[in-house]
Amino acid sequence: MSTDTSTENPETAPAPSPGAAPAKSSTGHRRLLTRRDRITLGLMAGVPTILHVALVWLTALASIALAFTTWDGIGFDSIHWVGLQNFRQLFTSNPQFWPAVEHNVIWFVVLILLPTPFGLFLAVQLDKKIRFSRVYQTAFFLPVVVSLAVTGFVWQLVYNPDTGLINSLIGANKPGHYIDWIGDPDLNLWAVLVAASWRHAGYMMILYLAGLKGVDPALREASSLDGANEWQTFKNVVFPTLRPTNTVVLVVTIIEALRAFDLVFVFNKGAQGTELLSILVTNNIIGESSRIGYGSAIAVVLLVISLAVIIPYLIATFRKERRA
Amino acid sequence: MSHALASKQRTPVRPARILLHTFLVVTALAWLAPLLWALLAAMRPYSETSTKGYVSWPDKLGFDNFTNAFQQSDMLHYFGNTLIVAVPAVLLTLLLSSMVAFYVSRFDFRLNLALLLVFTAGNLLPQQVIITPLYRLYLLVDLPGITMSGKLYDSALGLVLIHVAFQSGFCAFVLSNYMRSLPHELTEAALVDGASVWRLYWQIVLPLCKPAMAALATLLSIWIYNDFFWAIVLISTGENMPITSALNNLSGQYFTDPNLVAAGALLTAIPTLIVYFVLQRQFVSGLTLGANKG
Repeated sequence: MSTDTSTENPETAPAPSPGAAPAKSSTGHRRLLTRRDRITLGLMAGVPTILHVALVWLTALASIALAFTTWDGIGFDSIHWVGLQNFRQLFTSNPQFWPAVEHNVIWFVVLILLPTPFGLFLAVQLDKKIRFSRVYQTAFFLPVVVSLAVTGFVWQLVYNPDTGLINSLIGANKPGHYIDWIGDPDLNLWAVLVAASWRHAGYMMILYLAGLKGVDPALREASSLDGANEWQTFKNVVFPTLRPTNTVVLVVTIIEALRAFDLVFVFNKGAQGTELLSILVTNNIIGESSRIGYGSAIAVVLLVISLAVIIPYLIATFRKERRA
Repeated sequence: MSHALASKQRTPVRPARILLHTFLVVTALAWLAPLLWALLAAMRPYSETSTKGYVSWPDKLGFDNFTNAFQQSDMLHYFGNTLIVAVPAVLLTLLLSSMVAFYVSRFDFRLNLALLLVFTAGNLLPQQVIITPLYRLYLLVDLPGITMSGKLYDSALGLVLIHVAFQSGFCAFVLSNYMRSLPHELTEAALVDGASVWRLYWQIVLPLCKPAMAALATLLSIWIYNDFFWAIVLISTGENMPITSALNNLSGQYFTDPNLVAAGALLTAIPTLIVYFVLQRQFVSGLTLGANKG
């Protein structure tokens, strides 16, 4: 524990966590500071913190507060406390809410079951010191670099009922035979998910490639000397050592599933079949019905789910770091 | 062809390797197919594709659609909008997050966990969680004479601020990890010699962080360039939108046939592709710098 408390700049910093990391030589650092240095330090930590907290955390808190009110957005006196009414309405009588939740869940399940293992598979293959590994990597990673908006437009060219690649190839682009990949509510979510998976696989491949670089080659050698085949080595030796990467991959995939927005917005603005929580929130701002309290209630649902993932992850990460 | 080359220098060709390369070539082509399909559509005249259909042998390939899309929609203007937002946002994010990282990694070990937690968790939140109050806040803040709209809403400044606030979480996390790996004696000695804290930061620590800063700058440029959501909600005038978000309005208004849409979309992707091909290593290392720490 640090001993000196008089040198902090308290107004900017959140409450100190008791029993945090040992001070190491930081007390030595601090003893040498002049008054001016302390002001400089206060500003260096304070200005970014104020900006971040004001725009990210205070607005998140405001979302929670507004979720219990109704407000037409004109003047502060029109804010009325309504308790749980927004949530009650959301859970019981909004025809889009439960489909949206379901679609977010499907989004996550598809991403974690298909492109994620495929990305891992690609990473394992490309990690074998084969020729042209870089060229392959570039191809698979390209979709991650291109913006999701562009991705949406590119895939529309594939899915267009009249002129699209798929319908042209299978002969479904004639009247009476149309397959409406984007308009049909039974199909469109899956069509968007193909595009999302296309992007996700490359992202996962890069994360796993970095993870695989950290696997001790001696481990693998020992395993193959023991007579294990490639699959057994992977299953028993490589995969268990990828645990930290798997955690990151899981968190990234959950967050991506909660954030999903751009692709769907470009495809069909979240019309029937592709409702998502993020789209519902946005429709309550820029859509025809601007219901601030109601939109905030949906945001709170998103917030609660995200924090349930983010907080345990970060606590585990930082605890490990402190031990290191 | 790859197997033939491989066999010369490496271990003798094994059937497994040939199979692997065949698989990778086929998959890589399949992965590029949507983009190549868009490229093909963009290079063919609309008159040809409308009579022959899109799956047909191209008689004429050219860049007419690209020049038309670029000129008709005044794309240059929207690229300019992006530049006005992205350049200050990237620089400010790096400056602010490196300052926080410096403080956290060098000085206060009691606060550093809490502070870093706040920043990192903030960056992981879905944007939609904060957008409703943010939108209202931007409408409330009056800035007569400072922004064109007189408010934070519908202004480049507003976009810069939210990008900086949001992205500094990730950057502070990555940079503080990086700075912590620098030897402590380095700054300690300079302090004993009477160097000010600012000099310590600006002349000793920052230059040593160049690799991490370069990686983050590449990553941030692409992320901010690719942003769609903030501008869709926080910018109301179509004219003021950065290129990625403007694409949504331009298609339909100017990009009236699929060939023009393809050309417009690909033109929008070009800057990111250039950055990616030139700075691929930076981009990938930036992405994994943060992730590997998990």
